[in-house]
Amino acid sequence: MSQTQRYVFEGSQQGFATTRLEDLLNWAKKYSLFQYPFVTACCAMEFMALASPRFDMARFGAEAPRFSPRQSDLLWVVGTISQRQAPILKTVYDQMADPKYVLAFGTCASCGGFYDNYTTLAGIDKVVPVDVYVPGCPPRPESVIDGLLLLQDKIQRGDRTPGIVKPRTDPHQVAKALAEHSPLVPLRTSKS
Amino acid sequence: MEPLDIELDEGELELPNDPMQVNMGPAHPAMHGTVRMVVELSGETITKVDVQIGYLHRGFEKMCERGTWTQVFPYVDRLNYASPMLNNVGFALAVEKMLGVTVPERCQHYRVVLGELARICDHLVCSGAMAMELGAFTPFLYFCKARELIWDVFEEETGARVTHSFGRVGGMAKEPTPAFKEMVRNALPAVRALIDDGEKLLLANRIFLDRIENVGVMPKDLAVALGWTGVVLRSTGVPYDVRKVHPYLTYDRYDFDVPVGTRGDNYDRFMCRQEEIRQSTRIIEQALEQMADEGPINIDDPRIVLPPKDEVYSTIEGTIQHFKIVMEGIKVPAGECYSYTEAGNGELGFYMVSDGSGTPYRVRIRPPCFATMQGIEKMIVGGMVPDVVPTFGSVNMIGGECDH
Amino acid sequence: MSKRVLDRLNQVFGDAILETHSQHGDDTAVVEASRWREVARFLRDDERCAMNHFIDLTAVDYSDRREPRYEVVLHIRSLEKLHRVRLKARIGEPPSIDSLAEVWAGANWFERECFDMFGVDFVGHPNLRRILLYPEFVGHPLRKDYPAQMTQPLVEYRPEAIGKLPPFSEHEGMPFGRQTHDRAAAHVNALGFTDE
Repeated sequence: MSQTQRYVFEGSQQGFATTRLEDLLNWAKKYSLFQYPFVTACCAMEFMALASPRFDMARFGAEAPRFSPRQSDLLWVVGTISQRQAPILKTVYDQMADPKYVLAFGTCASCGGFYDNYTTLAGIDKVVPVDVYVPGCPPRPESVIDGLLLLQDKIQRGDRTPGIVKPRTDPHQVAKALAEHSPLVPLRTSKS
Repeated sequence: MEPLDIELDEGELELPNDPMQVNMGPAHPAMHGTVRMVVELSGETITKVDVQIGYLHRGFEKMCERGTWTQVFPYVDRLNYASPMLNNVGFALAVEKMLGVTVPERCQHYRVVLGELARICDHLVCSGAMAMELGAFTPFLYFCKARELIWDVFEEETGARVTHSFGRVGGMAKEPTPAFKEMVRNALPAVRALIDDGEKLLLANRIFLDRIENVGVMPKDLAVALGWTGVVLRSTGVPYDVRKVHPYLTYDRYDFDVPVGTRGDNYDRFMCRQEEIRQSTRIIEQALEQMADEGPINIDDPRIVLPPKDEVYSTIEGTIQHFKIVMEGIKVPAGECYSYTEAGNGELGFYMVSDGSGTPYRVRIRPPCFATMQGIEKMIVGGMVPDVVPTFGSVNMIGGECDH
Repeated sequence: MSKRVLDRLNQVFGDAILETHSQHGDDTAVVEASRWREVARFLRDDERCAMNHFIDLTAVDYSDRREPRYEVVLHIRSLEKLHRVRLKARIGEPPSIDSLAEVWAGANWFERECFDMFGVDFVGHPNLRRILLYPEFVGHPLRKDYPAQMTQPLVEYRPEAIGKLPPFSEHEGMPFGRQTHDRAAAHVNALGFTDE
């Protein structure tokens, strides 16, 4: 097991648990993200879907929105940021208390998207540091949840390098393709 | 230490009575992130307001001048992102008007069905968001659920949930899927039931009604002079609906009513939207009846419509045709035209100038929200600060469209 | 139907109507710029026209194509009589025309937008300032000589974020194969200017 993949709690089956303080704090942080939704554009539609019953972001401990940057840890930048909006975004980010994380929701927030013109900020990373990029125009809620989980994982590891949500393959399709080619080999062999 | 009994001016003893300036937005949850209002208050009454838009200006019109006519569709999607399909249809109709072509009847019905589904989504988003901003979160969840059901149909048809880019000049990107009619017919009753549920929660709620009735009133004459269109205009009592007054596509063949309000307040706007959703379901049912199961979707003109993919890969004519349309764009004859359709918020117009090449010389969008936002000032001056929220919510400002 | 509006305009104003056409069924009249407000007010007040519903006001920049350079385009309709008409006025550099804000209240913001995007000066406008862009912005972006990619940032970019940051590669999101009416871009590229 590598250094970065430690369990937070060990020995819990014996009735007690040991961990490191830092891990414990990170564990607490990652499941209690208070979010500030900086919602501007089209991605707001998917952001609403993300909060609504079918996808339900609350399952991941990131439900409570706080409309004051001073009370929030996670800044969702949802939508295009224009040059005119950029100073406001920077102010909001500066007002947030540490530790603070930024999630760029959608292509426009990540790199400006196809609006390469006089008015659009080509990615919010020009102004504020970003932890997780979620590509898509707008991204599907599933990939946003992927991004949220990636962020939680990064918080647990204490890793602040920017990450990007990778495209996923459909497990059913993979299974189907594998089954067609080698029907006798099971997908996963269990040692235990 | 200074003596305590210094002479004071009489004036200094009075409380300050200068009007107070309060800044709302743009990073304000009720301002949708893109509008800033600087309000001047006397007590809690608004005496003056400066509405500032433009925080989502993305240069739509400039981007249109840099690409082919077909490449405008993705940008059009992101104008009114609550109902992208209506914008797609509107733009396609505008280019078709310049080319002087009409799409086959099956496609017209198909466009109507998809457009009306998008209209339902648009109204649901507006009503839901307005209720949520007033503290009623549950109806918002009901409306979101209904919207998801419609989005499932869209996803099945177009492959995308929100931004479809599905319209094409001279038709649609794909034929309707075999299960299209059945899917829509299955979704509609569920959507209607959810809307009834959500509406019951709101209209039996004293707080909600008190906050929207007789708030944000707009007189009829001013609304017309301001260039209001769509639901907001109809709520003031003007029965102007492009679908009825200047029918396009096959809207003249359906039987539907245009709901109008009487006072032009938030309540009327809310109720007009709810009624329009019901009328849209009626239109969809009729359009599905009349839509043929077989037949062409695209017009038969190799200069406008891309050839089928298997022809592109197997014949030289197909390859050349595909190459010409993709690389040079559709050649639209030189001239100018203004085409208008009824979008989610009102009359969505495109004024276009072509110089005969494959690239638009100028595409001007006439966004319905832009005109509506002008009226906000008249509606909220004289009211209270908390009235701003439902008033602003009820006009359904969509940033992408309002700010171009 | 709205042909009659054009006939009536021709009758009443004569020389001030430079040209009329009905391409694609849109009835259009080109008006002499000096009588812009007069014609607009007539269309609103005349009983047979009654064009009380304001629709749209914009401009087109025909630089190099045509002289004079700008064309201000107005769309109006009549609520009762259901006809529509397009009025145009051609103006040269520097662009200036009478404001219609007192004729239709709706023209107010549309003229501000037109000023913002094209720099057209609307004489008599109550509050002519930028609406979509910020006051610090220099130039008018929808003019054909404004390069589409020239940004004017309000905040300083983070020093490490001048190029594309990982996880994006340098060539990600590059525009390709675009044909454009944006002549300024070619000019700016020749100067070695990039927007970063």
